[in-house]
Amino acid sequence: MSTGQGAPDLRVGIDLVRVSEVGASVGRFGTRYVERIFTDHELECCRTGRGVDRSPSFEASLAARFAAKEAALKVLRPVGPRPAWRDLEVRRDGAGRTGLRLSGRAAVLAERAGLESLTVHLTHQEPLSAAVAVGVCHPGGDPHDRSRTGTECPTRTGGGER
Amino acid sequence: MTVDETIRKILAEQARLETDPQSIDEHGDLFDAGMTSHASVNVMLALEEEFDFEFPESMLKRSTFESIAAIRAGVLEVTGQPGPG
Repeated sequence: MSTGQGAPDLRVGIDLVRVSEVGASVGRFGTRYVERIFTDHELECCRTGRGVDRSPSFEASLAARFAAKEAALKVLRPVGPRPAWRDLEVRRDGAGRTGLRLSGRAAVLAERAGLESLTVHLTHQEPLSAAVAVGVCHPGGDPHDRSRTGTECPTRTGGGER
Repeated sequence: MTVDETIRKILAEQARLETDPQSIDEHGDLFDAGMTSHASVNVMLALEEEFDFEFPESMLKRSTFESIAAIRAGVLEVTGQPGPG
């Protein structure tokens, strides 16, 4: 983590989403909403069954993921067009730990910011879901020159979902 | 119904503003008026449904949805309709 150019830039993003608002969106827009905002992996992690789930746990989990995307955006600090929602994907491993995978414009923004790691924590308890994202950025921008121009940003999966 | 009337109707249904959308100045900041990021997604989806188009990624930015005038400009740009007046 030592850069030789001063202390890393620590960025924190937080967001709070009312679960009922996500439920209302699922009810109003159905698959247009969920498929525009969430990836297949995210939906798979949230679903308790097939199709558009209307269970409270599904909606709370979606709300937490929306909050995570917003929290990550606050770390990335986009100027101009924002990344597509699906460019910020909450990944969950077999142990239930969460991380963020960035692609497309989100990955470009991460590269410009010199993002070295990004950690996310999700939580939900009715009526709210929340997420905190913490990013460590290399002072002065991209620490890896242009060699990391890819579709994935480094993630740290030390977070979790409660 | 004009484009502006449709936008205000959608805002009334989806934006969860603290103020009546009918009384908001067309340049007034909708986020300052209480629209959350999540609510702006609903506004976006409702606009796409109403005007039968999809916002390109280049327009998915806060400024596209920050005011009635900005939304109108975005809708007219995507649909290719001439602006008011």
